[in-house]
Amino acid sequence: MKTICFYFQIHQPFRLKRYRFFDIGNDHYYYDDFQNEEIIHRIAERCYLPANKAIMDMIKSSGGKFKVAFSISGMALEQMEIYTSEVIDSFKELAATENVEFLAETYAHSLSSLGNSDEFKAQVKAHKEKIYDLFGVKPKVFRNTELIYSDDISELVYELGFKGMLTEGAKHILGWKSSNYVYTSAVRPQVRLLFKNSRFSEDISLRFGDYSWNEYPLNAEKFMAWIAATPESEQVINLFMNYEVLGALQPAETGIFDFFRALPRFAAEKGIGFSTPSEVLALLKPVDSISAPYAISWAGEEKDCSSWLGNVLQQEAFAKLNSIGERVHLCDDRRIKQDWNYLQISDHLYYMSTKHMAGGFSPYDNPYDAFNNYMNVLSDFIVRVNAQFPDSIENEELNSLLTTIKNQGEEIEQLQKEVEKLRKKATVPVKAPAVKAAASKTTAKKTQFPAK
Amino acid sequence: MKALMFGWEFPPHILGGLGTASYGLTRGMAMQPDMDITFCIPKPWGDEDQSFLKIIGMNNVPIVWRDVHMDYVRDRLSKFMDPQKYYDFRDHIYADFSYRYVNDLGCMEFSGRYPDNLLEEINNYSIVAGVVARTEQYDVIHAHDWLTYPAGLHAKSVSGKPLVIHVHATDYDRSRGNVNPDVYAIEKNGMDNADHIITVSNLTRQTVIEKYHQDSSKVTTVHNAVEPLSPEILAIQDKKGVKDKVITFLGRITMQKGPEYFVEAAAKVLAKAPNARFVMAGSGDMMDQMIRLAALRDIADRFHFTGFMKGKQVYEVLKASDVYVMPSVSEPFGISPLEAMQCGVPSIISKQSGCAEILDYAVKVDYWDIEAMADAMYSIITYPAMHQFLKEEGKKEVDNIKWEYAGQKVRRIYDMVINK
Repeated sequence: MKTICFYFQIHQPFRLKRYRFFDIGNDHYYYDDFQNEEIIHRIAERCYLPANKAIMDMIKSSGGKFKVAFSISGMALEQMEIYTSEVIDSFKELAATENVEFLAETYAHSLSSLGNSDEFKAQVKAHKEKIYDLFGVKPKVFRNTELIYSDDISELVYELGFKGMLTEGAKHILGWKSSNYVYTSAVRPQVRLLFKNSRFSEDISLRFGDYSWNEYPLNAEKFMAWIAATPESEQVINLFMNYEVLGALQPAETGIFDFFRALPRFAAEKGIGFSTPSEVLALLKPVDSISAPYAISWAGEEKDCSSWLGNVLQQEAFAKLNSIGERVHLCDDRRIKQDWNYLQISDHLYYMSTKHMAGGFSPYDNPYDAFNNYMNVLSDFIVRVNAQFPDSIENEELNSLLTTIKNQGEEIEQLQKEVEKLRKKATVPVKAPAVKAAASKTTAKKTQFPAK
Repeated sequence: MKALMFGWEFPPHILGGLGTASYGLTRGMAMQPDMDITFCIPKPWGDEDQSFLKIIGMNNVPIVWRDVHMDYVRDRLSKFMDPQKYYDFRDHIYADFSYRYVNDLGCMEFSGRYPDNLLEEINNYSIVAGVVARTEQYDVIHAHDWLTYPAGLHAKSVSGKPLVIHVHATDYDRSRGNVNPDVYAIEKNGMDNADHIITVSNLTRQTVIEKYHQDSSKVTTVHNAVEPLSPEILAIQDKKGVKDKVITFLGRITMQKGPEYFVEAAAKVLAKAPNARFVMAGSGDMMDQMIRLAALRDIADRFHFTGFMKGKQVYEVLKASDVYVMPSVSEPFGISPLEAMQCGVPSIISKQSGCAEILDYAVKVDYWDIEAMADAMYSIITYPAMHQFLKEEGKKEVDNIKWEYAGQKVRRIYDMVINK
């Protein structure tokens, strides 16, 4: 029996406000609250809430057969908590059906998998905790920012203890192989890989509302017939897309919600089921291993990371960001930690891309503007981080100093505890004899001694 | 002595250095008690300072006869000039321009900027100048920069009065040698037919003599000067939020200004002095290229772009700076280092700038010599004595460069051409 594995990415960046050179050192708040609030409200209204409702209806009407997976970035979760808590509630309701799987990712939807492996691991752990706090489930399958994957990343994912990972079915990686099977990583066979079925995913995400597409209009019956027509041995169809396809990228007027609502019925007719990534990994055996020496992603025609790290501006910004990482880890200032997360959001780099000058989601006039603004913010951030500790001390030296201070602190604390314990011991017998008798005076003296 | 001047910009609405220089020079000349200046610009805004000269907006001078009532004219034009003037001009319309596009007052529209159809606007300006030249009384004609040379020539042919042209820049400066033949033709024609040519520096004088083949006895240098800073500007606080030393480039980011040498020198300084910060203030067609270059040199966290600055913002940037750099490849004069020195900011200027001829307390380097430029930047930010010396002496020096003196030089030229 064939099965469809739906996965939706949900992410919203914290967009930066206009930050001038003169703000450096004077103003340490970097975010455009008005714009962020406006956008999350709009997307919640047009996409998250109606889409969650549709998925809930589908789960109910299919008798629990419909299943999906979500990967919600920490940045999106934080903004939902601040501005649209009703969206969190509706995800909680979906979580309660147990037909929904939450995937792990980097907390800040960052590119740390390409920059700093320690940071990467810390972020994944933070995201897992956040998901557990909100929805009471522990993610078992990993999905990296924008489906970025490489052999090196699979190594990290293995070390983090995930059994599988989602990625793009990039043609230059798969070659003649079909994305409709489970594979393993070439360097870590323990890590299973699910590849996006580009054709079927993009039929929905890109082409659904396109009048000039020769298959327009797409309906659920036709779509399921296509899936049923794939070769018998191909058991899983991975449909990975942005959640905003439902209602925002494909507006409600295109009929996208009705299309989704009709999917379970026609799937049942053709004998096609729905599964979460965990179920697919448990059900199907890997057929081969896949090697990706260079990182792939689901962006653009090239399916590589050039949308984020393609030009000198992006490379410079990313290198400068990473160069301060080690220092940030030594800090324990909460605002610095928070800004550190927000500045790592991959969207900041995406806005600097010169590949798609014509449009995209950028709040800036052009990539250069995006770069200037980001670098001004980053400069201020670097000044703040450096102000925590003297510049002249090397990171390693600083680390050992901090460890010494921490150890000494712990030692002092321990010694104090001991002192208190002994004091208590000392005072108890003193009081006791006062009530009882004078005969125990000698024992009191004895116990008092070590306290000195 | 009455002078009829043709200009393109006048403060407070200015686009470049031409407006600042026109204002300073006329103000300096107005200090002479018998000097009477009428200044023509394409499009006045109504808030120009007319206390020491009279401004005529070319867009308020009729070239086609219209029967309009005094009340209507007063309503429309009293903000810009005496309404009676309109009728005076109307009496001197010299040809039938009714085929031209004119408004309800019989006047042509001007953008007052540097639009794509600049050559057409220059031609229109010259047509209107014919009316002005026939109406006004004057002893000498003074045309500022190539945009107004045709108007000056027209006025000369109408009145027979001597024409002085003032070269604030040539096309050789703007284009690093690749001159636009149309612009060159206008410039050359103006110079050939002028009675005298004033250049803003010896550098420009040399260009005029060598490239435009002018007789050297006909060309005189009158260096620009600076207006003393107003108390309002002196009161601007340093808003810099960082303790680092700030080195500033301020101007249009174009080929003429040599921005790439500034970026390259910045990279060299940062290798030795990591606590420096660089600011490139302004905009221009090479801005994106410079952002890329800064990223490529791996200094983008210490190299900041502010975008276009105007009015008070310029002085805010200067006040926050420790060093000012003008690496112009070819600068006829370059007023901005003088402004920086007025604010007490030590300046590094290229030897290829006109202002280098009159400044002793500024560091001068070849624009291409990024090693020397970096060296100068480094010593000013590293050695407090050097900074202090240039700051104090530079301010003293620049406070003695006055438009009044420049005005007197221009007056001597007027006297000479009138008595020839």
